[in-house]
Amino acid sequence: MNMPLAKTDTASAIPVARPPAAVLPLQIKRAPFGQRAWARLKTTAEHLLPPAIVLALALVTWEILCSGAGSSLPPPSQVLSETWELIVDPFYDRGGIDKGLFWHLSASLQRVGVGYSLAALAGVALGTLVGQSTWAMRGLDPIFQVLRTVPPLAWLPLSLAAFRQGQPAAIFVIFITAIWPIIINTAVGIRNIPQDFRNVAAVLRLNHLEFFWKIMVPSAAPYIFTGLRIGIGLSWLAIVAAEMLIGGVGIGFFIWDAWNSSRISEIILALIYVGVIGFILDRIVALLATIVTRGTAAN
Amino acid sequence: MKSYLRIDHVGKIFNKGQHATEVLTDITLSIEKGEYVSIIGHSGCGKSTLLNIVAGLIEASSGGVLLEDREVNEPGPDRAVVFQNHSLLPWLTVYDNVSLAVNKVFSGAKSRAERHDWVLHNLELVQMTHAKDKRPGEISGGMKQRVGIARALAMEPKVLLLDEPFGALDALTRAHLQDSVMAIHQKLGNTVMMITHDVDEAVLLSDRIVMMTNGPAARTGEILDVPLPRPRKRLELAGNPIYLKCRQRVLEFLYERHRFVEAA
Repeated sequence: MNMPLAKTDTASAIPVARPPAAVLPLQIKRAPFGQRAWARLKTTAEHLLPPAIVLALALVTWEILCSGAGSSLPPPSQVLSETWELIVDPFYDRGGIDKGLFWHLSASLQRVGVGYSLAALAGVALGTLVGQSTWAMRGLDPIFQVLRTVPPLAWLPLSLAAFRQGQPAAIFVIFITAIWPIIINTAVGIRNIPQDFRNVAAVLRLNHLEFFWKIMVPSAAPYIFTGLRIGIGLSWLAIVAAEMLIGGVGIGFFIWDAWNSSRISEIILALIYVGVIGFILDRIVALLATIVTRGTAAN
Repeated sequence: MKSYLRIDHVGKIFNKGQHATEVLTDITLSIEKGEYVSIIGHSGCGKSTLLNIVAGLIEASSGGVLLEDREVNEPGPDRAVVFQNHSLLPWLTVYDNVSLAVNKVFSGAKSRAERHDWVLHNLELVQMTHAKDKRPGEISGGMKQRVGIARALAMEPKVLLLDEPFGALDALTRAHLQDSVMAIHQKLGNTVMMITHDVDEAVLLSDRIVMMTNGPAARTGEILDVPLPRPRKRLELAGNPIYLKCRQRVLEFLYERHRFVEAA
């Protein structure tokens, strides 16, 4: 291979002072207001349109399917007309159990509120114990694993026998339903506290209380909130069934009462309310979780 | 023989069920006040175990550790540790990470305002005041380690224990941080025990280098004095005959006499 040497350009080898590169000003033009508003509107529409279309299609299908003469379920138009009174006036109270939907829902929410709060407190405490102490884990874990598979309603007769009243019995059912995921997730969160954080606490000689608040709770918070979120969903699932059996005021009993009087439209309305409120409850706990675990998640 | 920190015939055996592994055998080492001592050895030789025993995080199976003639067998802020992976609490800001330590250690000794100043003073020492309101997730690895050092310094420890503090950093950041640690040691005169596997780092920073034999049952193989005057300058030392000689000695120990068998 006898390649001729490339002729080196001697001029380029000598550094020549070059004029500094021109700095180009970066021009950011703010789009006019109309254009920006249009863009905002477009992104919003992109998110809202698909669910709206799907919902409309579902309603139309339902309307067509249930409009026949022999149909056992009412079409949406009939549901709306039959329950219009309940929708526009949720606050009426004619005494006894003849109340507006607001009162039924608020009674159910109160039961869930009390039962779930107790479950959250007891669940985090027990979960901490099980996560922190090997002895407690070995002792309690098998019992938890068995008890958590018992369906919520199976507790109700026992609960009624113990409390002899509908209200505390329903609250107990909520409590016992929500507590298991809270215990189990808290325990996993505590067990997963990195050894590094425990070492830091040891070097600083944090006492038990300081360790709990400054290391354990923030470190296990994402796990604890996972448990709390599953718990709130389960409590809302259990309340309807429990209230069907105990009677009195509550959305579960409202559904049962409507069924007994063959007011199918009211059942459908109640189901929509139950779903929406369950969704809102889940979102509230999720929002709380993002606020509290803001720092921990960005590990 | 009296000394500031004395590791006295320390041995450690880890029991895993029926299986017992002897990690450290009969380690004896004295460290004087203000001295910077590095422990170097191949990975798995138990040098981190030794540091954890001094820190009180692991209990020695035999022998003991004396600090100012008093036995230490549990962790405490008088032997602050800078952990290899910084171990900052991710949910606290840089300031809060340091103030957690300051508030705990000086709860009775300093007023609230004094503690606040002390936190800022220590962040200043590691040049991290600008990021005091950031969370660990928002700063670089080198910065996290700086904060870890500030947290340890803020406890005013009798002995500063560094567990491969620069191990997880890139070469440039590492050099920069080594210079910072040298400057701080120069200024405050801390007693430092550092675990490392970097020969240059050991020679540059230490007054003495303790070379450990390979595990299991590792022991102190050789102790080398580094008679280089302080303050030391990285660039000037590059051609310094004493520096090169020390470096040579450590390299010979690690790669000729105690070659890491598994890696070979």
